Amino acid sequence: MSLVDLLVEPFAFTFMTRALVTIVVVSVVCAVLSCWLVLVGWSLMGDAVSHAVLPGVVLAYLVGAPFAVGAAAFGFLAVGLIGAVRDTGRVKEDAAIGIVFTTLFALGLVLVSVVPSQTDLNHVVFGNLLGVSADELTQILVLAAVVLVALVLKRRDLTLYAFDPTHAAAIGLRPRRLGALLLALLALTAVVALQAVGVVLVVALLIIPGATASLLTERFSRMLLIAPVVSVVCGVVGLYASYYLDTASGASVVLTQGIVFALVLLVRRRRPALPGRTRSPLPVGTGA
Amino acid sequence: MTAIDVRDVAVSYGPVLALDGVSVSVEPGRVCALVGMNGSGKSTLFKAVMGAVPLDRGTVTVHGESPARARRRGLVGYVPQSEAVDWTFPLAVRDVVMHGRYVHQGFTRRPRAVDREAVDAALAQVELTDLADRQIGRLSGGQRKRAFVARALAQDASVLLLDEPFAGVDKPTETALTELLRRRAAAGATVLVSTHDLHALPGLADEAVLLMRRVLLHGPTRDVLRPENLALAFGLDAGVAS
Repeated sequence: MSLVDLLVEPFAFTFMTRALVTIVVVSVVCAVLSCWLVLVGWSLMGDAVSHAVLPGVVLAYLVGAPFAVGAAAFGFLAVGLIGAVRDTGRVKEDAAIGIVFTTLFALGLVLVSVVPSQTDLNHVVFGNLLGVSADELTQILVLAAVVLVALVLKRRDLTLYAFDPTHAAAIGLRPRRLGALLLALLALTAVVALQAVGVVLVVALLIIPGATASLLTERFSRMLLIAPVVSVVCGVVGLYASYYLDTASGASVVLTQGIVFALVLLVRRRRPALPGRTRSPLPVGTGA
Repeated sequence: MTAIDVRDVAVSYGPVLALDGVSVSVEPGRVCALVGMNGSGKSTLFKAVMGAVPLDRGTVTVHGESPARARRRGLVGYVPQSEAVDWTFPLAVRDVVMHGRYVHQGFTRRPRAVDREAVDAALAQVELTDLADRQIGRLSGGQRKRAFVARALAQDASVLLLDEPFAGVDKPTETALTELLRRRAAAGATVLVSTHDLHALPGLADEAVLLMRRVLLHGPTRDVLRPENLALAFGLDAGVAS
């Protein structure tokens, strides 16, 4: 069998073609958003929002609404609850995030366990790239387009918000609104991605591509190109691997992303890090 | 018209009173130094001028306008303390200076020829043209400060607020910044500098405000910097303010 055959053969199946389109679209949207998330320091927030949408998906299934509607509702609910718990001033923000998202995720798992369903709702938890239906793909394409257009149009404002919110305020922009926009796009993106890789692994696609790109360039405009390219390559490689090795599709994609990040990190370690990046929050390491 | 007019302003953070009945007015073309210890309210007064903190009482106007309107018109240029900046952020000097142009740009902030020219001119004024494409973390302390001054210049702000501009800066940069700010003032800009570092002030500031939650003294720099006056703001160790 030739290499071309190896590459083409899987796509004799419609489900594989759909999986390919899905992973390419999801990879691009998540990677572009991840560039801002890693710079604002919202990795934990990405984890939170993507887990918190689970009960929304189950409830949407119950009433026959599109998954995206329920997921988006719970994504925003999670963000609101986190803000409310934090603003009581009784717990720190990371604790507020941890409490809210695990509670909502647990609520989702409880609902999954009691709702009798034809489709396996566990697929929402762990993802089922190979089982994306035509309707779901349409949903993914529409939401992805909305998120991408918003990100591209407001990319300069979002970058300024991430870099220097004080200056943003000083020239009459509204940092709080830009933060809210980023959160809203995060919630929508979580919905786009969860059907591909599942609630548990969405956060990987929301962090790893941006982190990898940040190792490869010192210009944000280039990060915005490198992150989606790397992410798409990993997505496609992961999909092939899962086809030929018969492994879990979403997990294979994420594993590929993680391996590529590790390789890039090893290669780039020789370059002097920027001042400030050498500081380690861990009690071991450089001793700085 | 008065460039910065702060009248009887009080600001508190919870139970902590940060400013208590502060009145300061600065005319266009003047360089005014805010002098006081850490926690004396310098940063809060900056925030009040930018409209970034709610006032318990009093009013602030910038060129006769509310801080919110002044911000939207790009009148206020802010140069942050070095500690307040994420120097690992993947932006080049030129990108940061372009941020000063955002207030003059449209919905997507796409740079036009006039914006690029303003950025180039600002970079030339602070002598960073050769380093324009360098990542901001790869600059020296003095160069970093000049990059942010260039951002305020590109913005064409008529009121410049500089927070501790001489901290961590070498002597040549300090001299160059002083000359640059004097030139901007001569061209009609108003400059407000907050500092607890006094040695550079006589060459820079026309007037100084001694701040300790309230205005202790506001007058010509030389008068304000007399040891007996500094003792009011810094305690008995006047002159070795820190």
